[in-house]
Amino acid sequence: MPANDLPPHVVSSYDQELRRLREMIARMGGLVERQVAEATEALIRRDTDLAAEVVGRDNEIDALEAEIEQFCVRLLALRQPVAGDLRLIVACMKISQDLERIGDYARNAAKRAIVIAGQPPFGSLNGFSRMARLVQQNLKDAIDALVTDDVQKADQVWAADESVDDIYTGIFRELLTFMMEDPRNITAATHLLFVAKNLERIGDHATNIAERVHYAVVGETLKEERPKGDNSAYTVVRTPE
Amino acid sequence: MNDQPSIPVAELTGSFGGLQARSNAQLNSVARISVRNLDFYYGPHLPKALKGINLDFPDRQVTGMIGPSGCGKSTLLRVLNRMYSLYPGQRAEGEVIMDGRNLLSPDIDINELRSKVGMVFQKPTPFPMTIYENIAFGVRLHEKLSKKQMDERVEWALTRAALWNEVKDRLQSSAMGLSGGQQQRLCIARTIAVRPEVILFDEPTSALDPISTLKIEELIDELKRDFTIVIVTHNMQQAARCADQVAFFYLGELIEVAPAAQLFTAPKHPKTQEYITGRFG
Amino acid sequence: MSAVISISSVLSPEEAAMKRRLGRRRRLIDNLVRAFCLLATGVGLFFLASIMLTLLWRGIVALDWTVLTAEFQPTRYGDDSLPKGGLAHAIVGSLIQTFIATAIGTPIGLLVGTYLAEYARDSKFGLAVRFISDILLSAPSVLIGLFIYQVVVLPTGGFSGMAGALALAIIVIPVVVRTTEDMLQLIPNTLREAVVALGAPKWKMITLVAWRAALSGILTGVLLAFARIMGETAPLLLTSFGNNVLSTDLTRAMASLPVSIYQQANSGFPDLIEIAWSGALLVTLGVLIINIIARVLLRKRH
Repeated sequence: MPANDLPPHVVSSYDQELRRLREMIARMGGLVERQVAEATEALIRRDTDLAAEVVGRDNEIDALEAEIEQFCVRLLALRQPVAGDLRLIVACMKISQDLERIGDYARNAAKRAIVIAGQPPFGSLNGFSRMARLVQQNLKDAIDALVTDDVQKADQVWAADESVDDIYTGIFRELLTFMMEDPRNITAATHLLFVAKNLERIGDHATNIAERVHYAVVGETLKEERPKGDNSAYTVVRTPE
Repeated sequence: MNDQPSIPVAELTGSFGGLQARSNAQLNSVARISVRNLDFYYGPHLPKALKGINLDFPDRQVTGMIGPSGCGKSTLLRVLNRMYSLYPGQRAEGEVIMDGRNLLSPDIDINELRSKVGMVFQKPTPFPMTIYENIAFGVRLHEKLSKKQMDERVEWALTRAALWNEVKDRLQSSAMGLSGGQQQRLCIARTIAVRPEVILFDEPTSALDPISTLKIEELIDELKRDFTIVIVTHNMQQAARCADQVAFFYLGELIEVAPAAQLFTAPKHPKTQEYITGRFG
Repeated sequence: MSAVISISSVLSPEEAAMKRRLGRRRRLIDNLVRAFCLLATGVGLFFLASIMLTLLWRGIVALDWTVLTAEFQPTRYGDDSLPKGGLAHAIVGSLIQTFIATAIGTPIGLLVGTYLAEYARDSKFGLAVRFISDILLSAPSVLIGLFIYQVVVLPTGGFSGMAGALALAIIVIPVVVRTTEDMLQLIPNTLREAVVALGAPKWKMITLVAWRAALSGILTGVLLAFARIMGETAPLLLTSFGNNVLSTDLTRAMASLPVSIYQQANSGFPDLIEIAWSGALLVTLGVLIINIIARVLLRKRH
């Protein structure tokens, strides 16, 4: 039963604290979304200033994570939450960790964008912008699902990661091909590979968040195996003989 | 000194009961007492205080019963040892099955039943006699023991109730001189001494300080190796700490029963969630 | 929500002044009430003390060993060589009748009180018994004397110590009923349930635990009843009548302190009146001592 539909707590300050927790997660989620979006934009537009901004902003996210964790510990100690409240607080604690990791990936992508901007351009980065859009959407939906207790939205995010994986596998093949065509592409292509990997990891964390939201809302973990499309581990591109 | 007198039933069950671990979320499937379609009336013209209750109390496990005041949890407890029959006009319908017999049927020997289903009350109720006599009183009702056997039984019961070391030097002084927590443990010892199979606790710690409360909870955890335990409590944390299975009652109905870990993390019924999270209007 | 009612939690100056005015009035009334209470207590104490002092002053004059050991003697008025009289016959008679009355009345009262507290509770029959017992408690004692006169003295053909004891026993019963019931009702229900929960039948619960828990209270009630009947005069006048010699024969008229006091005080001879004063002092001291014992017993209970 979604917590938003429940009657209010007898102790109204408890309600306020839970609302504040959701708001903190929403704020952190918004910040992380922006980091992912701007890191990708910096990469595509070869904008080193924007990339530097993204790298510099990561401290804010780390600080928010620490703040949320402390707040959750305080709630656990003072309110001794049970049932839905307990699940929400535990989920928020873990989600803040996921978001912090996503922030790290975005910063790493931004750092690489600076290096890539100094290398000769090759190929198209359409795959990257598509992947970034998908990942951002999943991230946004996952956070929205938490804030509105929308378990269906969370389940959709959880199932939607497959297409991200597909794009990633495609980018992997493409970059391998570029490297084989011209060794001068190797520096940029390797960095791009890592950026793609970062985006793919961000997608995974978004599904993690969706899983936690699902548990927080309905009280059961998602049991089935998640559909996965990352086949890069088995990808081989034969050199042209 | 520390050797327990040989009491076959308790020792046997004790050695097997010890294998049960509370962390094990799986509940024992053998029911010691089964309640079936139980209705209860406090008087001929009063509405049902319990409505169609169906509940199993698993053997040698702790069942916690929670719910707001007047929800019927204490009423159910008092049906299990037929305490209600002290009061004319109170009536139970349905079945309470223990050892294949319906405890509600009129041919049950009520005093024998109460020797099998003991009860510990909200307020400590020491009898106005010595500590020794408090324990011996119940035993004498059901058994004829020699002086030596009785001494052993008193020591055994007090030891099981974690009180022996505190009172062994003043067994002949009045029980009224003990502290609240000690008095409650004396009452538990008195109940154990009769060697029941089931022990009912009616808010056993609501009159005690936090440390005495924890001692009683520790004791309950220890006792469930040998006894099936039912505890009514207003303190949800206590139910969470002590119980293997928790039942939530509301307005005379059993709303939900589940293993404690499940009920307190992911209750199925919205009313349970509202109650345990403190959202009751 | 709070649009209609506007109450500030901070007092305005006018409100504070009103609060002070009301406070002064409250203190004034408080002092007045206390003054009246003290006055009334003073009046009561004055009369009580004057009774006690008069009793002590008049009673101590003739109080000597012969009063306690000698029987009644006619007046020595005008002739000091005659033997001095005493109250031994009355003391012995009073003790015999009081003890027998207590011995008869206590078990009956105890059982009736137990019935009311443990079995009848608020049943119709219980309410009726309780009501009748309370009437008996406050019935004029001369009525009880008259009753025994009718059912014992007339059929047996004369006044007797036994008749006196029976009349006193009837006074004891309602006192013991009331205290027993009150004391048993003070016992928390959970104590009863705790006994029953061990598998004890109800009679064992009552005899082994409830009575024991109420023991000092019940004993106090018995002592108070004892003290009360020690001072009763009216029922004895119509039952044991009084006797001028020491007699322990229950089938014949028997002396008692209150009746002897009544008779000698009425005699008009100063020396007999002096002895009556000593008797009054003795009864009062006896009642006082028993009351003190009762208080001590009650205090030990709490």
